[in-house]
Amino acid sequence: MGKIKNVIKDVLLILLALVFLSPIYIIFVNSFKDRQELYDNALSLPSNFSFQYYLEAMEKMNFLSAIGNSLYVTIVSVIFIVVLSSMTAWMLVRSNNKLSTFIFMTFIATMLIPFQTLMMPLMQLMSSITNNLGIPMYNTREGLIFMNVGFHASLSVFLYHGFIKSIPITLEEAATIDGATKFGVFWRIIFPMLKPITATVMILNVISIWNDFLLPSLTLIDVNLRTIPLSTFYFFGEFSIQWNLAMAGLTLTIIPVVIFYALAQKHIIKGIGEGAVK
Amino acid sequence: MANKNQKRWYALFTAPLLIIFTTVVIIPFIIGIYYAFFEWDGIAANEKVFVGFENFTSLFQDERFLESAWLTILFTVLSVITINVVGLSFALLVTSKLRTSNIARTMLFMPYLIGGLILGYIWQFVFLDVFALFGEVTGLDKIFFNWLIDPQFALYGLVFVFTWQMAGYIMIIYIAGLQGIPNDVVEASKIDGATPWQRFSRITLPLLMPALTISLFLTLSSAFKIYDVNLSLTGGGPANSTEMFAMNIYNEIFGSGNYGFGQAKAIVFFLIVAAITLTQVYITKKREVEM
Repeated sequence: MGKIKNVIKDVLLILLALVFLSPIYIIFVNSFKDRQELYDNALSLPSNFSFQYYLEAMEKMNFLSAIGNSLYVTIVSVIFIVVLSSMTAWMLVRSNNKLSTFIFMTFIATMLIPFQTLMMPLMQLMSSITNNLGIPMYNTREGLIFMNVGFHASLSVFLYHGFIKSIPITLEEAATIDGATKFGVFWRIIFPMLKPITATVMILNVISIWNDFLLPSLTLIDVNLRTIPLSTFYFFGEFSIQWNLAMAGLTLTIIPVVIFYALAQKHIIKGIGEGAVK
Repeated sequence: MANKNQKRWYALFTAPLLIIFTTVVIIPFIIGIYYAFFEWDGIAANEKVFVGFENFTSLFQDERFLESAWLTILFTVLSVITINVVGLSFALLVTSKLRTSNIARTMLFMPYLIGGLILGYIWQFVFLDVFALFGEVTGLDKIFFNWLIDPQFALYGLVFVFTWQMAGYIMIIYIAGLQGIPNDVVEASKIDGATPWQRFSRITLPLLMPALTISLFLTLSSAFKIYDVNLSLTGGGPANSTEMFAMNIYNEIFGSGNYGFGQAKAIVFFLIVAAITLTQVYITKKREVEM
């Protein structure tokens, strides 16, 4: 009797999850349909799987260039965030003085600043650096990476800081006595121990940078520099919505996310949980 | 000597990040406060006119801003409630020892990964076609129609989509909280004859307070700052009926070219977000129980 009850509960739970994800199903099935078929019944399976709309959407979105830009910006930003914020957090924890406390508190306090408060002066500053100092901050992918690192520094330092505090100092002292430099101690001993929190930091930053729209929309003017959210935005803005084409475009943008999720699903859910509780 | 060496390492390890962080966050924040006291159209060649606190006082005469403030508050209250209720219910469902709970957990979290802008476009179609179809078929066309074209319902549409995005994320946080509750406390209450509802309200919920603190903080601040979903789902329409704070500020600065006035709004926005989230954390922290 209890067994049957559990089977029913199992089925109900899966049904709930399927209903929850039904908008994704709708987008997917309609990406293969022509207009007539789409308006006849948006919920039915397509009568044939033609990739015509995908090819068209790919071309109009400049999809390959967009995915290249998104990958470049996300990967490079996350590498810099992980390296720089773990180094900073370690020094802040291990040199426990007023300066370190002040720096750490500043990181925490700025987490409360919404992006909208900074966007206009930031753009002013970036174009003035570009124009006056000749450093190409504005309208370049590298400039966007620079800004990504700055905006994600607080949360990342905060997460590393909490984790490093729980690591005993004895190992480091032993290595120092053996003649290792600070650099050696950090990269050979500490950084490998940070693996779990590094996974969390990476996942949180990948999600937020990959999906970010506002900051790239303000910094990247050049059509060839557009990331995926940007090209999706212009794709929807430039063409009066042809829904079948739009569905193919949306499915395309979801595919990289699904691949990422499939590959790292366990780490993602664990990482998010740990990131939040810390 | 050793001390000097120590300082050099300290600088070497922290300076790169601090320089970037200062350039991207601290300096713009300070310049931003400065700009808020000027009237300026954003064109470098044009004069910035110092107006003192005038930008801040005229905020209260800007009806569109006040309207968006009211909408943002309404939207935030509604979404914080629905996201947390749905997220906690999901968490309770997938932590009951069912065989399908792991896969359900994976599926329910999925929307959070997709990103606000894309989600908005996906739901545009669902409201346009599927909601309308559903209304026709069931005869409930007073409830199921394209919410997004109705000024009153569009806001609920936004709450609906935002809940869809955030519920799985908040579920993960509640799961982490639920797993921290020791089993023997729950077992003891069962032996003492507590009903499931008593167990939930007297034991689970109080012990979940730390998770609640974080969830409320995350939902409050992200609802208050909502932009992407707002932009792609409704674009602030129809007739500005869903123009939230963040969008109003964007439109004031980059749409109307009122840089100084828009920046004053942005500063006020910061003060409100900071005040609300800090108050919430202070209140819920006090209610956390020590194990």
